[in-house]
Amino acid sequence: MTVLTINGLSVALPSGGDRALAVEGVSLSVAKGETLCLVGESGSGKSVIAQAVMGMLPPQLPITAGSIAFDGAPLPAQRSDAFLRLRSVRMAMIFQDASASLDPLRRVGDQLEEIAEVHGIDRAARKRKVAEILQAVRLPDPAKLARAYPHQLSGGQAQRVVIAAALLLDPELLIADEPTTALDVTTQAEILALIDDLRRERGTAVLFITHDFGVVSDIADRVVVLRQGEIVETGAAKTLLADPQHPYTRTLLAAATARGAPRDTERSDVVMAAQNIHLTYGLGGLFNRREVEAVKDVSLTLHRGRTTAVVGESGSGKSSLARCLLRLEEVTSGTITFEGRDITHLHGAEMQALRKRIQVVLQDPFGALNPRRTIGSAIAEGPIIHGASKAEARAKAEELLDLVGLTPQAFDRHPHEFSGGQRQRICIARALALDPDVLIADESVSALDVSIQAQILDLFRELQARLGFTMLFITHDLRVAAAIADDLLVMQNGRAVEQGDAAEIFANPQQPYTQALLAAAPGKDLPEVSAA
Amino acid sequence: MKNKVPFVVKCAMVFVVLFVLFALFGQWLSPYEFRETSLLNRLKPPGTEGYILGTDARGRDVLVRLAVGAQITLIVALVGTIIGAVLGSLLGILAAARRGWTENVIVAAIDVQASLPIIIVALFVLAMFDNSFTLFLLLIGLTGWEVYARLMRGAVLSAKEHGYVTAVRALGASPWRIYLGHILPNVISVALVQFTVNLPLTILLETALSFLGLGVQSPLTSLGQIMSEGRDRLLTAWWLTLFPGAIIFLLALSVSLIGDWLRDRLDPTLKAR
Repeated sequence: MTVLTINGLSVALPSGGDRALAVEGVSLSVAKGETLCLVGESGSGKSVIAQAVMGMLPPQLPITAGSIAFDGAPLPAQRSDAFLRLRSVRMAMIFQDASASLDPLRRVGDQLEEIAEVHGIDRAARKRKVAEILQAVRLPDPAKLARAYPHQLSGGQAQRVVIAAALLLDPELLIADEPTTALDVTTQAEILALIDDLRRERGTAVLFITHDFGVVSDIADRVVVLRQGEIVETGAAKTLLADPQHPYTRTLLAAATARGAPRDTERSDVVMAAQNIHLTYGLGGLFNRREVEAVKDVSLTLHRGRTTAVVGESGSGKSSLARCLLRLEEVTSGTITFEGRDITHLHGAEMQALRKRIQVVLQDPFGALNPRRTIGSAIAEGPIIHGASKAEARAKAEELLDLVGLTPQAFDRHPHEFSGGQRQRICIARALALDPDVLIADESVSALDVSIQAQILDLFRELQARLGFTMLFITHDLRVAAAIADDLLVMQNGRAVEQGDAAEIFANPQQPYTQALLAAAPGKDLPEVSAA
Repeated sequence: MKNKVPFVVKCAMVFVVLFVLFALFGQWLSPYEFRETSLLNRLKPPGTEGYILGTDARGRDVLVRLAVGAQITLIVALVGTIIGAVLGSLLGILAAARRGWTENVIVAAIDVQASLPIIIVALFVLAMFDNSFTLFLLLIGLTGWEVYARLMRGAVLSAKEHGYVTAVRALGASPWRIYLGHILPNVISVALVQFTVNLPLTILLETALSFLGLGVQSPLTSLGQIMSEGRDRLLTAWWLTLFPGAIIFLLALSVSLIGDWLRDRLDPTLKAR
C-alpha cells in the first residue's frame, strides 16, 4: 500500500539562483513499511522535496507543477485544518541537528507529553505513552531521561528523543533528513538500526534523506538518486548498488567505497616522531576551573613519503594531537622530534624556521581563509614571512594555483568567490607554498560533498607522489582513512588504541574498539565500484 | 545601488556636517567676541538688531557663544571618546591575546569600571582636585572604555579561533603580523560602531557635568555651560536654554542614527546575499 506518492513535482527557485528549478519533475512513492532513500549532494534539492511534502516550503520556493498524494488522496490545501491535522498526526519529520529540535528550557518528558496533550490524549494515557515510546527508542533509564533537559543529553540520545517525539502519535510516514550526519559512526550505526527496527515493528513508511551511500546500503529498500533537482537514477537498493547505471551514481558510489590502491612504499627514514606525549587543557573561568586530558601518552612515527591516518570519534583527541605536532599547543609532557632533533620546546627564530617544514590544512574551508585578503596574498604570505621577495612569492603562488588545479588568474580574487572544494585547494596551495616536509591535514575533506571529497583526496595523493611530502591525515571517516592511509592510528578518549599498517588493521583489527568502529562504519556491504 | 543611504540618515549626516562647520567657523557669523559683555544690551530676545539669537544676562551675544560652546563640546566629545576607544580597545585586545592573569586583571577592571556610578565619581574627582580642562578631558575619556574592552576581547577571542589565524600561525607568522595583518582588520568594525554609539553618550556626559557646574568653567564655555547659565531664566529668557538644548539633542540623535546605520552596514551577517 502506497503511503506517499509524488508526481512530477517541480519547485521554483528565486530568480538569480544557479538554476531555475530547485526540483524538476520529480516522481516517487513510498509504501507502508518501506524505506526509500533520497540520495544527493548539497544543493541537489533533496530537502526541498521533504519540505514540499511537509508543507514547509518557504514562500520564495513555490510549487510550480506536479502533485503530492498521501494515502491515495491529494494533500489538502496548505494551512487548512485538514492539512495541519494530517501533518501533525500522520506524518513526522526529524532533522540533522536533534538538539535544535528540542526546547532547551523544558524537560524531555514534558516536551513529549505536550505533543500528546495537543492531540487530546488524557493525562494518564499521556504518561503511559511517553514512557512506552522512550522505552521503544532504547534510551537507557527512560524514567530518568524524561526528567532531563536537552543539554544533558548526548547527540545520540537527543536524536533518540526526537525520534520518540516523531513516532509518539504513530505516524504512517516518517521523513528523516540526514538524521545521523552529525553523529559519530558508532552512534550512527545504532540510530540507523533503531529507525530500521521501528519501521519493521510499526510498518512506518520512511523517506530517508542522505548524502552517504554507506548509509543507503545499510537502510534502504529502494533508492532515488538526485542531482541538481532531477532524478538521475532510481531502483531497488540491491540492484542499484550492485550495478549502478548512471555515471553520477557511479561517482558517488566510488567515493563511498574508495579503498585506495595499496602502495608498496617501504618504511623509509623517520621524519617526525612523538614519544609519550600528554596534553592537558585548563577549562573554565575564574571560579570553576577543571582540567581536561586531551591527549594521553600517545607515540607515533611519521615515515618519509608515507601517509599516516589518525582516526577517532569526536572528542578522541585527534585534533589536539595535530596541534601538538604543529607546536600550536605546548605538550604537557613527552617529546616531539623532527629529523632526529628534539623540537618539543623549540622557540624563537629556530621555531620559526621549523614552521616552514610542517604545514597544515584545516577542516573548514570557509573559516580557513581571511575574508579580507585575496587568495593570492594568502598563498604568498608564507614565502614572504620566510624572506621571499614580493615578486618571488607571487610567482610561487601562481605556480601553486596551477598545481592545485586553479588558474593563476585567481590570484586577485577573494575567498567568497570560490566554492568549498576550490577553497580547500587554495588552502592546500597555501600550505605547500613553503615546500613542507610534513603536511598535516585536519579533517580536510569532512566539510565537502562526497564527489568533491574524492577529488580533493585525489589531489592530495597526486601532490604527494609529485612532491614527496609526508602526510598526517586526521579524519573521523574510516572510508577516507582507508582511501588514503599507509599507516593508521586509532584514537579513543585521548589514547592511541591501535596503530600499525593501515591495510593490516582494516583487514584484521586487534582491539575491541577498532573492531566496533569498523563494524559500525556504514556501507560495509557495498561492493567496490570504480568511477566511470 | 543596493546600499542606498536612508533619508533620515542623510538628514543626520547633513546636521552633523553643519554642526562641525558651525563649531569651526560660527564665530565669524557675529561681529562680537564671545566674552564681550554689553550691559546695555542684556537679555535681548532673538531677532534684536545686531543680535540674531539674542543676548544673555551679561549682554553677551548668544550666537557667538553657541559657536564657541559647540567647538568645546566637539573637542571634549571627540578627544574623550577617542581616549576611551583607544585605551579600551588596546586593553581588550591585550586581554584576548595574553590570556592568563593579564586577562583576569583586565576583566576585573572592566567589571569594576562598569559598576562605578560615573557621574558621582566625576563629582568627587572634580571637587577634590583643581578643576582643570585637562583633568576634565581625561575623566571624560576614562568613562566608557570598558565597553570597548569587553567588545574587543570577545571579537579577538572569536577571531583567534578562526582557521585562518591557525593557518597563518602555522606558516610561522609573528604575533605582530597575525594581530595587525589578520585579526585587527576583521575586528576593527566592532570598535568603529561602538565609537558612534559612545560619542553621543560622551556629548551628553559633557553637557550634564558642565550643566552641574563641574565641567567646562567660565570664561570658557560649552553647550552645557551655556544651558546652566540660562537655568534661572527659563521662563523669561527661553532662548538661553532652548538653542543649546536643541543643538545637543539633534547632535546626539544624529550621531546615534548614523551609528545604527553603520552597524547594519558593517555587519556581514546582515548583508544582502
